[in-house]
Amino acid sequence: MSIIEILFFALSAFAVVSAIMVLISKNPIHSVLWLILVFFAISGHYILLNAQFLAIVNIIVYAGAIMVLFLFVIMLMNVKNDNEPQKKLIIKFIGVLSGGSLLTLLVALVKQTTQLEGKQVMMKEGTIGLINPLGNALFTDYVMPFEISSVLFLSAMVGAVIIGKK
Amino acid sequence: MTILALDLGFIIEKLIMIAIVVFASLGIALYTTFGERKVAAILQDRPGPSRAGPFGLLQPLADGLKLIMKEEIIPNAASKWLFILGPGLAMTASLMTCAVIPWGSAMDIFGRHVALQIADVNIGILYVFAVVSMGVYGIMIGGWASNNKFSLMSALRAASQAISYELAMGLALIALLMTTGSLSLKTIVEQQVQGNWWNVVYQPLGFLIFFITAMAECNRTPFDLPEAENELNFGYHQEYSSMKLGFYLFAEYINMIMSSAIMASMYFGGYDLPFFNEASVAPNIAALIGVGTLLIKIVLFIFLFMWIRWTIPRFRYDQLMGLGWKTLIPLALFNMLLTGAVILAKL
Repeated sequence: MSIIEILFFALSAFAVVSAIMVLISKNPIHSVLWLILVFFAISGHYILLNAQFLAIVNIIVYAGAIMVLFLFVIMLMNVKNDNEPQKKLIIKFIGVLSGGSLLTLLVALVKQTTQLEGKQVMMKEGTIGLINPLGNALFTDYVMPFEISSVLFLSAMVGAVIIGKK
Repeated sequence: MTILALDLGFIIEKLIMIAIVVFASLGIALYTTFGERKVAAILQDRPGPSRAGPFGLLQPLADGLKLIMKEEIIPNAASKWLFILGPGLAMTASLMTCAVIPWGSAMDIFGRHVALQIADVNIGILYVFAVVSMGVYGIMIGGWASNNKFSLMSALRAASQAISYELAMGLALIALLMTTGSLSLKTIVEQQVQGNWWNVVYQPLGFLIFFITAMAECNRTPFDLPEAENELNFGYHQEYSSMKLGFYLFAEYINMIMSSAIMASMYFGGYDLPFFNEASVAPNIAALIGVGTLLIKIVLFIFLFMWIRWTIPRFRYDQLMGLGWKTLIPLALFNMLLTGAVILAKL
């Protein structure tokens, strides 16, 4: 087993265990902290794929900014594990059913994709995750979707300012 | 010799380097606390610490001993694991920054060509950003786990301050990156060594914004509202005692050293000694001179931090937020626009 494989399995186990801990933690703050660890594990996978830029942006945006806002909201709402209302059994059952169907659907999709057949993951090679090729791709081949999404962000920003002023 | 296809010499080299950098940072931080007290004393016209050792030089050791010997108190209602995790995280995050800082060019030791940098990743400056944003968690977790509403409020103050000033910092950086065209700190420094001018000449406004935001990120006065010990009830580490408190206080000093190192590398030529031809002396000596130059630049920045701290009074919180959002961010955007226009005109 090469060091890449060892790292891959260690990171995957780390990600899965942390993701399970997100679900089974009673305290919402603990859930958020475990979720941050999941993002770290995923960033580790990006690094294995030689996508350093994606890895670090994943940490800055998700683990750094969005999760701080999550923590903010939960800390200010003062959610305690003892006053959380117990959900009804039927709702739990429906939740498990719908979640399970989504998982089945996703796995089936990945299995059926013809482009993925017989392909191996590129480890430690490929350049698309580095900043130069990514920037080139975004500003030449995908310039239209890029601009449209930036307009979307701008409108979200304007909306936030308007709501903040009220 | 190789372990799992890794070169053993490479691993040992990097481990030694990490140990040197971490312990050197800790040592400098130790004496920064001493420097802080001496600078404060000089500015306030009093002698400062002078009893422990010659000129009070053993004062930091006495302070450390005092912190270690104090009783360790964990509040009953605190979330125990997170209460311990908080200061550890703050300390780790501030130390992790040193991995991408180029401390010098390169030396030849025992026939090995050793670059004086732990890791030259091509996204260096973004790595620093990611680590800085992790530092917020140390404060938030500590403040929340104390189960004290004043600590929690202070942690929220700290987090919103950090997020607000990170934005302006990022925008100021983008303008710099537009001129350098690289995210690697090593490349940025090398460009300044080879080129005529340091980056501060091209980016004076950007540097000013970066300096102010760096001060805010380090929670230094005038931006020390997370702490505000004499007005707002000490802050997120109110419930902490002994060395856990020491970790929080110490992390602030290490942050200061790291941000000084980053400012020196990005805007002031890093290990570049001006008016000096590095090729005129042996490479090893040139590298050592470079390390010394960077350290002097760091010390000058730290002195500037202290000077400002003991001169300017603290902001009110709404003034702080107003400065961040209404002044620094538009100014940074303007700087970015200006830089873009100049680059376009030069093409």
